Amino acid sequence: MTCVIGFEGAVALMGRFPALAGADLMVSAGERVLLQGPNGAGKTSLLRAVAGLLPVVAGTAEVLGQDLRADRRGVRRHVGMLGHDNHLYADLWVRDHMRFRAAAVGADAQEVARAMELVELPSRLWRVPTRRLSAGQRRRVALAALVVRRPRLWLLDEPHAGLDARGRDVLDNLLLEASSAGATVVFASHEVERAQAVADRVVDLGGGRVVGDRRVA
Amino acid sequence: MAAGSWGTVVWRDALLVAGKDLRIELRARVTITQVAPLGVLILVVFAFAFNANAVLLAQGAAGLYWVAVMFGAVLVIQRAFDVESDDGNQDALRLSGFHPGSIFLGKAMALAVQLLVLQTVLWVGLVVFFDVGVADWPLLGCAGLAGTSTIAVCGTLYGALAAGVSVRDTLLPLLLLPVLAPALLAGTRAFEAATGVTTDAGWNWTGLLFVMTAVYTVAGLAAFGPLVEDG
Repeated sequence: MTCVIGFEGAVALMGRFPALAGADLMVSAGERVLLQGPNGAGKTSLLRAVAGLLPVVAGTAEVLGQDLRADRRGVRRHVGMLGHDNHLYADLWVRDHMRFRAAAVGADAQEVARAMELVELPSRLWRVPTRRLSAGQRRRVALAALVVRRPRLWLLDEPHAGLDARGRDVLDNLLLEASSAGATVVFASHEVERAQAVADRVVDLGGGRVVGDRRVA
Repeated sequence: MAAGSWGTVVWRDALLVAGKDLRIELRARVTITQVAPLGVLILVVFAFAFNANAVLLAQGAAGLYWVAVMFGAVLVIQRAFDVESDDGNQDALRLSGFHPGSIFLGKAMALAVQLLVLQTVLWVGLVVFFDVGVADWPLLGCAGLAGTSTIAVCGTLYGALAAGVSVRDTLLPLLLLPVLAPALLAGTRAFEAATGVTTDAGWNWTGLLFVMTAVYTVAGLAAFGPLVEDG
């Protein structure tokens, strides 16, 4: 199966602090990998390093067949990341924001409408500045922007945060659909039961390293 | 990828970034409702400080105009980069796959449009409060455009430089205003010639502004990648 993430002894620094201290992680296409670990274990750092947002300074770091240490920008085009932030422009209307994100990846208005439907965001919110939305609605807009991006690799950090019960179901379905369509999903979550229901593999992190790796049903 | 298509992509993405920044301004109206009135206020305060001396005001009008433009520009530039810092948008911009040159050109274009609006309002203020006349309209227009483009490209470069640090609100003016001092001088001399206050070679000063624009554009295109990555 195609290797999507190939990290061997990857070291990444946050300032002078080693955020990743020799992380080993191999992920194949279509896998749904849950990252677990206590605060400071390196989950966010690993996701950011895979996305090409945190430079890997030592070890091997390949994502989607490209060497991250040689070219981080090339990888980013195929990656969709949702971190703790929602990446929303506060003053833009939801519609403006979605159009900008869609235009950046060459998606059309139909794809935007479909993404908004998928995350169940009502059209009455299209002309509302994103700052006026609730936390859950903002998360849904961020998810819609991710869907429009059509990423080959989904990276999500605490994606369930801020979503209501229905929103969490919508998110889980999105991840399962993306995976069945061939995309790879790597996410970190403290909501163990819900996350393990979505994941087919759990990777435990500690001290910036992978300390456990197991399959789940 | 062919050079032509690469250039097309860069400009297309630059227009996207510029359109996004201008739409943010259109929705929030910060330049027109806050920055422009502040600029006019600066002109009025100077008028009071000079005791409404018509001769003195007419002589100093060009300089005061560019001082007001630059203080207004600092606020506009600050805001252009604040919106990228909020809610992790800088990460989103990095993940967008836009070439750093596109981001630089897009943000500079959006800044230039906002500065032109600011300058138009300030010019009206200058005519109303300082009773300034125009001797050479083409020179005035070209000098205005040249000054705008210089401030826009230089401001975009230094805005990105300051964006990554926690003290950016105070750092940006400290970095930017000294660098823009030659532009202030050139803009002032060109406007003095355009308004008939002096018979200086206004076109030479305008040419200098265009040269500064070219230099800062090249510097911005070269430096923006590392600035965005390390910001």
